[in-house]
Amino acid sequence: MEQQIKITVRGTNFFYGANQALHDVNVGIRQCFVTALIGPSGCGKSTFLRALNRMNDLIPGARLEGRVELDGQDIYSNSMDVIQLRRRVGMIFQKSNPFPMSIYENVAYGPRVNGLIKRRADLDVIVEKTLRSAALWDEVKDRLSKSAMSLSGGQQQRLCIARALAVEPEVLLMDEPASALDPISTAKIEELIYQLKRTYTIVIVTHNMQQAARVSDETGFFLNGRLVEFAETKKIFTAPVKHETEDYITGRFG
Amino acid sequence: MRKTIDRTFVALTLLSTVIILAMIAIILGNIFVNGTERLSWEFVTAAPQQGMMAGGIFPAIYGTVLLVLIMSVVAVPFGVLVAIYFAEYARTESRLYQWTRMAVNNLAGVPSIVFGLFGLGFFIQTIGRGMDRILYPGHLVYGQPSIIWASMTMAVLTLPIVIITVEETMRAVPREYREASLALGATRLQTIFRVVLPQSWPGVMTGAILAIGRGAGEVAPVLFTGAAYFLPQLPTRANQQFMHLGYHVYAMSTQSPDVEATKPLLYSTVFVLLVLTFLLNLTAIIIRNRMRQWSSK
Repeated sequence: MEQQIKITVRGTNFFYGANQALHDVNVGIRQCFVTALIGPSGCGKSTFLRALNRMNDLIPGARLEGRVELDGQDIYSNSMDVIQLRRRVGMIFQKSNPFPMSIYENVAYGPRVNGLIKRRADLDVIVEKTLRSAALWDEVKDRLSKSAMSLSGGQQQRLCIARALAVEPEVLLMDEPASALDPISTAKIEELIYQLKRTYTIVIVTHNMQQAARVSDETGFFLNGRLVEFAETKKIFTAPVKHETEDYITGRFG
Repeated sequence: MRKTIDRTFVALTLLSTVIILAMIAIILGNIFVNGTERLSWEFVTAAPQQGMMAGGIFPAIYGTVLLVLIMSVVAVPFGVLVAIYFAEYARTESRLYQWTRMAVNNLAGVPSIVFGLFGLGFFIQTIGRGMDRILYPGHLVYGQPSIIWASMTMAVLTLPIVIITVEETMRAVPREYREASLALGATRLQTIFRVVLPQSWPGVMTGAILAIGRGAGEVAPVLFTGAAYFLPQLPTRANQQFMHLGYHVYAMSTQSPDVEATKPLLYSTVFVLLVLTFLLNLTAIIIRNRMRQWSSK
């Protein structure tokens, strides 16, 4: 059951201008595990997630100290190609955000911008394969040229997952991917996460503790920018070591 | 008492609206009634004759359309590039952005005659003369008023409109789309050209529409930069002068030997100018609507 460490975070502090959002975070995220990050709003879990593919670079004044390693390579070093990093570390956002293009074009976008395909036929294969991986193929195979906006919320989110899978990432970061969805769509996403972890390393931020308990192998609890506790999910939810963790999961605050 | 005030206020707003509508109706009605009197196929297809007291205005229509087209071809791409810099690359809190943005806003408020003088001083005297000195020593080729310099001057005048409109449209594209694109390993350039710009085309067209509307109506910028009182032939080269509808109206109303005799022609010219501006706008609006349908499909 022991899995290799895929992402190592060492002594990481994160600042928005003068505002410190993460304090000395140390953690190892295991390959082909689902790692859930829980904690109250504003605790830094989303900041932490976005630090893993350097999406925070887009925010003026954002700054990171410490090391974040992907397969032992520091992703914040100057030699790191951010574009390449983001191809390897995909991201699913809280609000499903398919491009206002056809379903096909949404999935084809990543392979196209990364120059991964030579012929149109190859692209067709990738689109079908990834839509199948995202459990969406049967629902959309007859209307690939229709606008992605015509899909339901849950379908849109699965399309975003397919779009992320199309560039063959190694890690998938999910920022509350099901928080805007109904229970049936949520169940489908969770089922999908379960399927995907065979191939991908998944880090998921969630407000929903049942969800964290259902889908994840390990869980980290964030509070006020600190990683209070990180352990096997079963242990976090049944026998947490820190009293803050216990207070949070038993619903005493947050 | 409060009810009376309330009703009076409603009546006041209504009255103001009616007054505005009446003014527009009078202006347009007057131009329509008097302008269509002498309007004929010949009028829009023939050249002026007998010192503008007979004949048509085709050279002026041709010149105006050409001016607006060259202006758009210059102002729109250039304006879009500036808007891309403003909306996508410049940091809004940076000094450079704030100063250039303010400069663009101010440029939009500069009186059009100043642009005319600028065009004369910069494009003709400096660039045109400079080109002549290097390319055609001893000859006057580009260092004189011509359609190309008039179009350039008009492009500078309309540039702020394009920049401001396009920048606002690009800023309205949700951040989520940019993030999604970047998270897939797209570069910023790819994100701009594949995600942001395609969604901004309607805004680009709006900018073009506003620029065309302004460009077709302004006279002052072309006064010193290329518009001619009368030309026997249509311009066929970039360095030739041209006739312009707005300038033609000005010329006929101030420099005609017989003001009364020119009046019907004057009315018809104004009518044609209005119709032309309307048609140019309509074309741009139709293109924009096509783009909207296409991009939302």
